[in-house]
Amino acid sequence: MKFLSQLISGISLGSIYSLIALGYTMVYGIAKMLNFAHGDVIMVGAFVVYTMCVTLNLSPILGVLIAIAFCTVLGMVIERLAYKPLRQATSLAVLITAIGVSYFLQNTALLIFGSDTKKFTSVVSISSVSLADGQLIISGETIVTIIVSVVIMVALSLFVNKSKPGKAMRAVSEDKGAAQLMGINVNAMIALTFAIGSGLAAIAGALLCSAYPALSPYTGAMPGIKAFVAAVFGGIGSIPGAMIGGILLGVIENLSKGYISSQLSDAIVFAVLIIVLLVRPTGILGKKINEKV
Amino acid sequence: MKKNTLTSSQKGLRPATKKNFVTYAMVIAFFVIFQTLSSTGNLKNTYRSLLVPICTSVIMAVSLNLVVGVLGELSLGHAGFMCVGAYAGSFFSVLMQDVITVTWIRFTLSFVVAAIAAAIAGILIGIPVLRLKGDYLAIVTLAFGEIIKSVVNVIYIGKDSSGLHIAMSSTGLNLDSDGVIILKGPQGITGTPKNSTFVIGFILVMITLIIANNLIDSRTGRAIMSIRDNRIAAESIGINVTRYKLMVFTIAAALAGCAGVLYSHNIAALTANTNNFGYNMSILVLVYVVLGGLGNIRGSVIAAAILYSLPELLRGLSDYRMLIYSIILIIMMIVNNGTFFVQLREKLSFKLKNKSKSSSDTGKEGV
Amino acid sequence: MAALLETKNLGISFGGLHAVEDFNLTLQKGDLYGLIGPNGAGKTTVFNLLTGVYKPTTGTFFLDGKELKGKKPADISQEGIARTFQNIRLFKNLSVIDNVKVGLHNQMKYSTAVGIFRLLGYFKTEKLMNEKAMELLSVFELDENSDTLASNLPYGKQRKLEMARAVATNPKLLLLDEPAAGMNPNETKELMDTIRLVRDKFDLTVLVIEHDMNLVAGICENIMVLNFGTELAKGKTDEVLKNPEVIKAYLGN
Repeated sequence: MKFLSQLISGISLGSIYSLIALGYTMVYGIAKMLNFAHGDVIMVGAFVVYTMCVTLNLSPILGVLIAIAFCTVLGMVIERLAYKPLRQATSLAVLITAIGVSYFLQNTALLIFGSDTKKFTSVVSISSVSLADGQLIISGETIVTIIVSVVIMVALSLFVNKSKPGKAMRAVSEDKGAAQLMGINVNAMIALTFAIGSGLAAIAGALLCSAYPALSPYTGAMPGIKAFVAAVFGGIGSIPGAMIGGILLGVIENLSKGYISSQLSDAIVFAVLIIVLLVRPTGILGKKINEKV
Repeated sequence: MKKNTLTSSQKGLRPATKKNFVTYAMVIAFFVIFQTLSSTGNLKNTYRSLLVPICTSVIMAVSLNLVVGVLGELSLGHAGFMCVGAYAGSFFSVLMQDVITVTWIRFTLSFVVAAIAAAIAGILIGIPVLRLKGDYLAIVTLAFGEIIKSVVNVIYIGKDSSGLHIAMSSTGLNLDSDGVIILKGPQGITGTPKNSTFVIGFILVMITLIIANNLIDSRTGRAIMSIRDNRIAAESIGINVTRYKLMVFTIAAALAGCAGVLYSHNIAALTANTNNFGYNMSILVLVYVVLGGLGNIRGSVIAAAILYSLPELLRGLSDYRMLIYSIILIIMMIVNNGTFFVQLREKLSFKLKNKSKSSSDTGKEGV
Repeated sequence: MAALLETKNLGISFGGLHAVEDFNLTLQKGDLYGLIGPNGAGKTTVFNLLTGVYKPTTGTFFLDGKELKGKKPADISQEGIARTFQNIRLFKNLSVIDNVKVGLHNQMKYSTAVGIFRLLGYFKTEKLMNEKAMELLSVFELDENSDTLASNLPYGKQRKLEMARAVATNPKLLLLDEPAAGMNPNETKELMDTIRLVRDKFDLTVLVIEHDMNLVAGICENIMVLNFGTELAKGKTDEVLKNPEVIKAYLGN
């Protein structure tokens, strides 16, 4: 029973990683950049929910919707101001800029909310379910997280594979120049990608802080890094890869916390990543790239 | 036109050598000024306490530049090697405090021990990691850095009459009654002698600079840079790519290990957290390297010194300082690399070139 | 006299597609041999096989009687095969002379420690390297550009520098991949003289891929025509170029 309960909460945590990893992987696929500030967008999303629900006492659903809207706009603004001028620059230059954006978001939050950890009230009002005579308790947060994640992943897959803008996005990530010649507005597609990724990050922020109710300006950093690992795990640039990678990562982390050592769980997660990459150098679903001589 | 065959590369002082000496002179001047100010009591305590950490940052930046700028591989785990060095050095110093009583001998040895420990970590990590490329290599180095940080946080090492004991908890050590615990898991190592001084930091910076500059300007350095510029061509002329990649990784790790010793012998209690040995530190050093210029050793020195001090110097602005720092960082990156500014600079330099060409280039094309 | 290069049924396939099949070529020492064929015929693939970039799926090859199949590019370079690339691959951020000095890497050695601590061997070997590099550069008329960054050289000189760098590795066999691409007729003519001069001065055997028939007819004694990865014809240059099969392959039906 302990195993099952660890597994379920691992899947729940993993779904949150997946949501964040989707943002990483989509942005990487389309803009070929590691958006290190992505983790901090989660934190911003969580703070917006906190402000709406705790400070202003709005309903949780409304709070989450406002957070999604806020982060979507924030993602587009960041892209426009900080990343768009660097379209032709080296990936390292963009990486450092993203780090600058990350510092900026963290320190802005620090100025507004202070450095003390806030107690986040859950946006989920469903009570927990007790199974097998109370031996297995699944919290409402876990249930909602898994359902929301599944819905989002299905919707996103449909959007990317079936809809016109989704196809255009994929075209841009394959070949920017060719996509432009086919009449696709590349800049608009990149902005759309950032918008979607940041909106997902807001949802991830609300879910993460509902399950682990501590919120500070640095809340987003570690989940951000882990989601980045998840994206690489699955093969960066691949949307199904991000989903699988995120869930695997959450499960591995929770099981090692439960059975090996909670202090070493991060180390184990990273060690598994290294092993996966050594066996499959471009991740589980990543494409193999051959250099032409 | 045959008289012109003796190029500057063949004359006594090569341009690279001249450039290096300017860097050394700069560092020496900085040292002399601040050492004088400090010993005559004209330097505020807050500034004086910055001097050793500045040396640490400079060594970290220069050594990382060997990997990122000279070899051309993105590493996000450089702080991990600093961590290995810091712990190895502190452990040695605490362990030998009563055995080797001459401070300078013990301290020198602790640098040697740390450099070797970090170099071994570099080799162990480098062998698997260097098979990967680009962003994948970056994430794996980040992962290794985090693993090192997590692992030192769960290890306990104690000493008693029967020797050293290693375990995952303090009770697991099974020490005799006379035993002492040196490394206490998350509490780290306390009681490291505060041996780091500005003089030692300065000497270490100079050694690092000489190693880095001489390496770059040698047969090995050219081989390394050829891998950076074109791996396939380098292989085609007989360069053993894996060997040189591993060599750079190891040298950089050893230097970072020395920076770790300088760091750990300058603080009261050594612990490993996200800000000193985690990816935050690795990224901070990477920022120094990129802003100083990839492959530009002098640039790394200047960027590390200024950017390390900047948040401290901005302390007057209290809460706003890190915010200002982040805005400066973003703006600098856009001005240095943004399409608009790059084109602007190209236009300007093209105009300048044309001007000088029309005046000096006459008659050179007559071959 | 034993052949300098001998390939036996050399071939490679990528996922069922035979890029090169049954490639048999024998070069004698001092040959200046041409390898021609339409785009996609597999010429560069042959070079990639001979230099170890690709591992052959069938057949093998020998240099000076020594089997080199399966060796890594760096090892093959040390055995004596050097090449240039169709899309120029210089060390862009190094100076012209340093590009050649990297080519001398395995010819003149001193250890990393000697380099870092500036021991005597450093100064001695660096001086020799500089002299040798300048000598090579003057053969390719690049001596006046020795301190220029490789990326700042004009196109024609970049091709020459790539050759100089290859020759610096002291090869027995030099593989030139479209050396005249992008050159005007005058430059091509000059290049033909350089190739001949290099072959004689450094005792080389040269295998050259080229589309410029003037160059091929001008310097190659013998040629082979590849089409769809297989040999279409080989022999004396003027005879092969008159072969109706070859003309058909180039001009279509």
